[in-house]
Amino acid sequence: MLGTRSRRIAVRGAEDGNVIRFENVGLRYGLGPEVLQDVSFSLGTGSFHFLVGPSGAGKSSLLKLMYLALKPSRGLISLFGRDIATTPRRDLPALRRQVGVVFQEFRLLRHLSAFDNVALPLRVAGVRESEIKKHVAELLAWVGLQNHMQARPPTLSGGQQQRVAIARAVIARPRLLLADEPTGNVDDRMAMRLVHLFEELNRLGTTVVIATHNTALVERLGQPILALDEGRLTIRVPNEERIAPSGPGLADADEYGLGLQPSSETAA
Amino acid sequence: MLASRTDLPLERDALARFLPWLIAFMVYLAALALAGVLVLNAMVERWDRGIGGTLTVQMMPAKAGNDAKRIDTALALLRGTEGVLRAQPVDEARVLALLEPWLGGGGTTEDLPLPLLIDVELKPGASVDLEALATRLGKAVPGATVDDHRVWLDRLVSLIHMVEALAGIILLLIALACVGTVVFTTRTGLAIHHEAIEVLHLIGAKDAYVADQFAGRALSLGLRGGILGLVLAVPTLVGIGHLAREVEAGVLPDFNLTLLHWAALAVLPAAAAVIAMVTARFTVMRTLARMP
Repeated sequence: MLGTRSRRIAVRGAEDGNVIRFENVGLRYGLGPEVLQDVSFSLGTGSFHFLVGPSGAGKSSLLKLMYLALKPSRGLISLFGRDIATTPRRDLPALRRQVGVVFQEFRLLRHLSAFDNVALPLRVAGVRESEIKKHVAELLAWVGLQNHMQARPPTLSGGQQQRVAIARAVIARPRLLLADEPTGNVDDRMAMRLVHLFEELNRLGTTVVIATHNTALVERLGQPILALDEGRLTIRVPNEERIAPSGPGLADADEYGLGLQPSSETAA
Repeated sequence: MLASRTDLPLERDALARFLPWLIAFMVYLAALALAGVLVLNAMVERWDRGIGGTLTVQMMPAKAGNDAKRIDTALALLRGTEGVLRAQPVDEARVLALLEPWLGGGGTTEDLPLPLLIDVELKPGASVDLEALATRLGKAVPGATVDDHRVWLDRLVSLIHMVEALAGIILLLIALACVGTVVFTTRTGLAIHHEAIEVLHLIGAKDAYVADQFAGRALSLGLRGGILGLVLAVPTLVGIGHLAREVEAGVLPDFNLTLLHWAALAVLPAAAAVIAMVTARFTVMRTLARMP
């Protein structure tokens, strides 16, 4: 994996030590009801979290807000210390390059080979082709696709496509990695291998958020959980009490790198 | 500025395949319009040069039959005038030849009084007071008039300038049609590749990264279409030139395109390609600016 030029672009902020911070964020589509309500949390550098919740709870919407595909209807989102609402649009690509995303439906470009799909984040960042060639081949070999580098997505199985999507998300060594059901289409062995890749990135300082329905995986890793239900966020640590935004267990959450500042009364 | 490689399958857009043909058609029309402007411009210059340094003195034949004396008097006056290089009477045969298209052949001088004409050539750059000359001539030879062709030439020149302006408007309309076509095909391309563009956007591609890919494609298609249009226009222009020479017969001056004219026409494909490129880039940048 590669520290791309985007990582060298000076991004002001993160002065507060948070990679991402939500304050009373609400989201509604058009004139519909709020799908996210008063969501407040902040994630520190190098933390690892699972995002869980039933279908329709707002997981994908929350992730979209985190990777700047949507703007909130209200509240404040701060990414790497920069308030998104006041950041000029021209500065957003540099922020996005530091966020790796594994989309639930993969969103691979069908006309490009696996190699070119994985190379995309490096190409948009202006990395030299010689470097791209080396690092992409290395990563594709790591996810077991060394023999499918020139294959196009439609010719790959669901699991293979997922691995390409994951490779694309991590190739530029993002500071924040967001994954929507990244182990949904792979067998247990490959799922653990991919999760280990996420953990390795996490050890190198990347903040990881994985949205999943795989409760076994969540329990096995024992990482803190962002739980969404009907648009409201609560925070839990496996095998422990639920941490309500203003409830007990806040200290435990901090231990896991979860700077929980859900509301003004909590902060107070 | 332009992307040497593309992440979007723009070459597969069905609509974009028509773009070179549309641009070829527009460049073809633009080449005809521009050639018209260039030829008319050259025509005006030639007439101005050819007629600007000449005068014609005209006298109606006198009943008394002393025409030769009147001509001599006028010639003496003209030749003695500052700025006159040459003054030569036009003989009767030439006058008849000039009138032949309107009056037909045969001896008509018996029944029709022919004007007495003197061709006057002025020294290059000479400034001759035509009014004073006409007054002096009128006194020396009653009935003599001076025609410097200016009125006729001015009317003709203003007519030609009007035609030139019309051709200019046609060129402008063709350019606008080219812009409209490229905007339409680019927007269609944006809609077709919306998914891929969104992915590029979300992984941190700047708008210019996407716009340059569209611009590069438009440049290539525009150049291809432009060259095709010009290639088709060449035989048409050569044919028009040939026809113009056929019907010339003293009505039209030389209709040939010079090397400079051909060079100006050769710029058209490049101009069309640049218009297509700039339009595509601008369209994409404007559209992507609406994304978060």
